[in-house]
Amino acid sequence: MSGTFLGMPSLPVFGTGNLHEHEPFPKAAHRELGNTQLRANLGHATGTIRDKRLAVVSELPDWEGLREAGRAIKESVMARLPDLLEKFEANFTARGGKIHWARDAGEANAIVASLIREQGADEVVKVKSMATQEIGLNEYLEDQGIAAFETDLAELIVQLDHDKPSHILVPAIHKNRTQVRDIFLREMEGVDPDLTNEPARLAAAARAHLRRKFLSAKVAVSGANFALADSGTLAVVESEGNGRMCLTLPETLITVMGVEKLLPSWEDLEVFMQLLPRSSTGERMNPYTSLWTGVTPDDGPQNVHLVLLDNGRSAALADEMGRSALHCIRCSACMNVCPVYERTGGHAYGSTYPGPIGAILSPLLTGITAEENNSLPYASSLCGACYDACPVKINIPDILVHLRGEDVDSKRGKKKLPSQMDLGMKAASWALSSGRNLGLVEKALPLGRLAAGPDRKITKLPGIAAGWTQSRDIPAPPGQSFRQWWDKEHRAPAGPAESTAPVEGPEGES
Amino acid sequence: MSARDEILGRIRSALRDTPSVPEVPRDYRRSSELGEEELIELLTDRLLDYKANVVVEQASAVPRRLAALLEGTGRYAVPHGLDQSLFAEADGFDGGSSRRVTDAPGHRLSVEELDAVDAVVTGSAVAVAETGTIILDAGPDQGRRVISLVPDRHICIVRAGDITAILPEALRRLDAARPQTWISGPSATSDIELERVEGVHGPRTLDVVIVRG
Ligand code: SF4
Repeated sequence: MSGTFLGMPSLPVFGTGNLHEHEPFPKAAHRELGNTQLRANLGHATGTIRDKRLAVVSELPDWEGLREAGRAIKESVMARLPDLLEKFEANFTARGGKIHWARDAGEANAIVASLIREQGADEVVKVKSMATQEIGLNEYLEDQGIAAFETDLAELIVQLDHDKPSHILVPAIHKNRTQVRDIFLREMEGVDPDLTNEPARLAAAARAHLRRKFLSAKVAVSGANFALADSGTLAVVESEGNGRMCLTLPETLITVMGVEKLLPSWEDLEVFMQLLPRSSTGERMNPYTSLWTGVTPDDGPQNVHLVLLDNGRSAALADEMGRSALHCIRCSACMNVCPVYERTGGHAYGSTYPGPIGAILSPLLTGITAEENNSLPYASSLCGACYDACPVKINIPDILVHLRGEDVDSKRGKKKLPSQMDLGMKAASWALSSGRNLGLVEKALPLGRLAAGPDRKITKLPGIAAGWTQSRDIPAPPGQSFRQWWDKEHRAPAGPAESTAPVEGPEGES
Repeated sequence: MSARDEILGRIRSALRDTPSVPEVPRDYRRSSELGEEELIELLTDRLLDYKANVVVEQASAVPRRLAALLEGTGRYAVPHGLDQSLFAEADGFDGGSSRRVTDAPGHRLSVEELDAVDAVVTGSAVAVAETGTIILDAGPDQGRRVISLVPDRHICIVRAGDITAILPEALRRLDAARPQTWISGPSATSDIELERVEGVHGPRTLDVVIVRG
């Protein structure tokens, strides 16, 4: 089944779950900036990954060709998403897998919980997954009396500390080794009390802690990095082997994946498996990648489920300008090059998706008016570093500007009274429409000097301009404008000879 | 309306502007011209970079090499489809009582049995020199995914003829529908202060035997 959709055009239906700012970005960022430990860790981490990434990317003579292919493949996926989803579904199902569709976070959570209960299980092992974090699966399961054990080392650290991830690739990057040791000593049952803060010792403690869980788990929950439509295959990319454990040992495997993760064919995987590891960890290849297609008799899980998640993706797709945000392969390269992310860290973005991609993806999935997400498109200097780094060439700066426009429009729509911005623009258009008007405005300049005070700086402006002066000072305006100066110089009797002729402005005033 | 129909409907409606489907430019590298020796050298270099151990042997020397690698090791697992004569010398070390346990259809090793062995020896389907990647596709000489996962040490045999230079060449030799495990070095993490630690949950040691000829 394919072809034109003949139903009623529907309004975008936005996503729910962990996709919101709960306070405006500037406020959250201001607080996070005071955390010097976070900034030191982040500065070190982003700098290191950046250098590694540059080194391995420059090894490939065809890097730009791969990026261009990646962009085109993703664009073609978006253009024919319904057909590809149906094709994927048919192939995955033909091989014994079961597909469930979830409109939003709540529906996805309920499906996963009921699949777990069907197996009579009250605990699951989990592979790191952005999608399950987005829908708040762990919290939901906990409420249902089901324990979800994160098995990626960083996710485990964050989970044991009852904290939130701050980076999509290295979620515990805001913690140093001593903090990790303290968390393990406090939270891990049966841990060696002499545990040191050496990373190798800490990793060994995590191995021992999770080993029994892996070997006895009946149900695992995972995300997926890619889904291949022409074969019905799913792929998970990882490093530690915890992914392989979860994807191989339990009888039941439940995967949660956004509908945008599709690739048309096997051949396309060659592009993305070159782009992803190099952009992400700066490695030539990640240690482990697992691929499975439905059920393989006698090998791996025999109950294989996939929950296909909309949760605002169709709404993002409806935004012609913003839809390419769905090309994202979650490599995290954009955050590692972002000067704003590097200073504020991931928590300031509120949502599961931090950094430059988060600043566009979150408001696209939830709508710009959801909670405080309208501040996210401003969480950027528009320097363009994220666009240069992105392996699938998402033009993040352009989408940021587009969303800022959406934000302004939405506010204008809400209030019938003209906003301060409207009034300011009106005043400016009057002033700039004629030289005489501008001359009148300029007469007010000395007032500005008065406002600036003796240090010649304006540190606090009222109204909408307050946001501007919150993080910078404005120098006091000069005592006279250029036009006033020119008039004085050229009219004064003591002025140079050649300037005695009256100067005509465009409208002949003066 | 079912969730499926509703979601597909939303997506179709989101695409009302009928965006065009772009031609995908495939002008990235899709083939290469490295000779066997260069491929072996490149793969070895990459694997060593990942802290794997690598040896290159003539086919006739593999039984001896496996015996040496397995010396001092207790029990080890193998898939039923791997040429059992490769272990003639290894089994000689303990005076005939075989340390070898075989995973075969009808005689599957349990997870507990796998957890109790010290090593596993498998073959491989194809390798990618440029990225240092060895791909297992559950063929008879590689066995089920679980056998190369649970034991702490994985000894993997790679035939030189199965080494490709770049990823696109390797994928053309594979079937998407088979369960696959791509391995690039032993298990590793960089989650604590970005310091790389080899060995978390998968095998902590990876020995690769590249077989010439
Ligand atoms: S937007 Fe691009 S750079 Fe950022 S995470 Fe997504 S794919 Fe990576």
